[in-house]
Amino acid sequence: MSAPVAQTIDLCKDYRVGPSVVHALADASVTIDSGESVAVMGPSGSGKTTFMNLLGCLDTPTSGRYLFEGTEVSSLGPDQLAIVRNQRIGFVFQSFNLLPRITALDNVALPLAYGRYRRSERRRIAAAALEEVGLAERMNHTPVQLSGGQQQRVAIARALVGDPSIILADEPTGALDTRTGIEIMNLLQQLNARGITIVLVTHEPEIARFARRVIHFRDGHIQSDESQEALGAMSQAPPDAADTADAVRALG
Amino acid sequence: MSGIDLVLAALQSLRANIMRSILTALGMIIGVAAVITMVAIGAGAQAGIQSVIDSIGANMLIVSPASSRSRGAAQGAGTRQSLTWADANSIGAQIQGVEAVAPSVRKTVQIIFGNANWRATAEGVTQEYFTARGWEIGTGRGFEEFEVTGGGKVAVLGATVAENLFPGQSPVGEVVRIDRVPFEVVGTLKAKGQSSFGQDQDDVLFVPLKAAQQRLVGQSTPDAVQTIYVLAKTPALVSVVEREIEEMLRDRHGIAPGDSDDFRIRNISEIFEARAESSRVMALLLAAVASVSLLVGGIGIMNIMLVSVTERTREIGVRMAVGARRRDVLAQFLIEALALSLIGGAIGIALGVVSSQITAGLADWPLRLDSSAIVLAFGFSAAVGIFFGYYPARKAARLDPIEALRYE
Repeated sequence: MSAPVAQTIDLCKDYRVGPSVVHALADASVTIDSGESVAVMGPSGSGKTTFMNLLGCLDTPTSGRYLFEGTEVSSLGPDQLAIVRNQRIGFVFQSFNLLPRITALDNVALPLAYGRYRRSERRRIAAAALEEVGLAERMNHTPVQLSGGQQQRVAIARALVGDPSIILADEPTGALDTRTGIEIMNLLQQLNARGITIVLVTHEPEIARFARRVIHFRDGHIQSDESQEALGAMSQAPPDAADTADAVRALG
Repeated sequence: MSGIDLVLAALQSLRANIMRSILTALGMIIGVAAVITMVAIGAGAQAGIQSVIDSIGANMLIVSPASSRSRGAAQGAGTRQSLTWADANSIGAQIQGVEAVAPSVRKTVQIIFGNANWRATAEGVTQEYFTARGWEIGTGRGFEEFEVTGGGKVAVLGATVAENLFPGQSPVGEVVRIDRVPFEVVGTLKAKGQSSFGQDQDDVLFVPLKAAQQRLVGQSTPDAVQTIYVLAKTPALVSVVEREIEEMLRDRHGIAPGDSDDFRIRNISEIFEARAESSRVMALLLAAVASVSLLVGGIGIMNIMLVSVTERTREIGVRMAVGARRRDVLAQFLIEALALSLIGGAIGIALGVVSSQITAGLADWPLRLDSSAIVLAFGFSAAVGIFFGYYPARKAARLDPIEALRYE
């Protein structure tokens, strides 16, 4: 089997707050294989956000190792990390984080602009990604002209566009109502079914149930790491989730 | 990101805050326009002075006798009677590149007409003198050849003299007594006004050279002249003519090599070069003051770019998260600052060109718009954009992506 998408070994992150040192994350060893769907849970200050930042190559650890697709990335400089993020990682945020003044299409094409793609190629790939999330008809809208759920779809298309091996979603449903949140989770599940590894942070157990693996953080340590039978997987979708999936398809 | 992407993104973001962009660019517009106008004004003023020099004769040489010595004591310039009419004639005849030669003698005289009398400088001249010095006959006529060589007792009055002796009437045909010698007034001159040094140039009268030598000046060498005005054909020929006159006069006066000249040659443009120099300094000063406003414009750009970086912290975070490297962010903000300053610079150049045209029109100067000034202004605004845009851009590039994403 190929190398795991992400493997952390005794990962630590300390923050210096005035004279004292806060251990935000201590000895976190996690292996995430390709195609997994993982929910990261825990109260605020538990270290889950720090863990996600490290996983997303947005931050570097104080100690420990982080192998991304078999490559040590914990000692890379900011520009090299940017390249890893650009080519291998997709981000989905709670507040969508779309650029407000440009169209959905340009937002989706943004990561490609930092890669080696021509303009025409970028537009083509971005349009395909938007189509995949069911927003083909809204690609020339700006974010303010879109609903929350649609904005998050654009964000997911943006995460998808670079053909990443992993999508990191930080409370992707936190700013959405329950129904829209479920639609978004279904979309992420579809992508997962296609083989993209999904790691999501949530504090809602119902959302965590969409993942096949749940990792609990507490006080900077991993409290538990267990597999579960995921809700709403394609074959065994409960009735309500299937309905929403149908609704999504109808919308798309 | 490619260059085109960066430029497009920069323009887009400037358009997003159009009012702010215009106001910021206004600083550059005013700065650049001020520099261009000031440089044009400076150059125009110089050109104006140059045209004055040309009009009074940049190609004018003034030959006068050197100082004489009486028992070792210098008697002052022009006291020797070493220059003669014959010298003047041979300068005119033998030296190429000479347009006109005008020998003259000068004396302050008392002029009487009826009850009125006046004191003025009388100059004994040839007819050529009037053209060489730019005098125009107002009424009557100038001198005839036979009057000049034959010592005809005729006079041409300057405007001031004519006014004082003949208030409200024409002097032509009247007889005046110049130092008790009767002369017939044959003409008057058009007024020249003040000289550039404030002297009344019209307080003068002219008589034929021969007559002045014989009747008014009374000198030990009958043929002596005090000044020979030499007009070269072009300003470029002045120095050549000057050298040739010196050689010729040394030869004619039999001056041994190594002995000093018994005459002096002065170049009239030297006097005005000093004034041109002072106007050049003035122009430099104006340009320096104007560049201060460019500097202020640059600070305005820096200010707005800093605000923009703060406002768009989250955008920077997003860009970094999706793969923008530090240099991408640096380039983005640098190009925005550059776009602001260059657009401002371009508009400023257009405005500067228009305003210097207006100024040149009002001041009646020749318009001197140096293309190098325009290129320089454009380059300068680019430099201002980079210089003042670098710090905010660097600040943006150094942001921590996590904190930038969390920024509210």
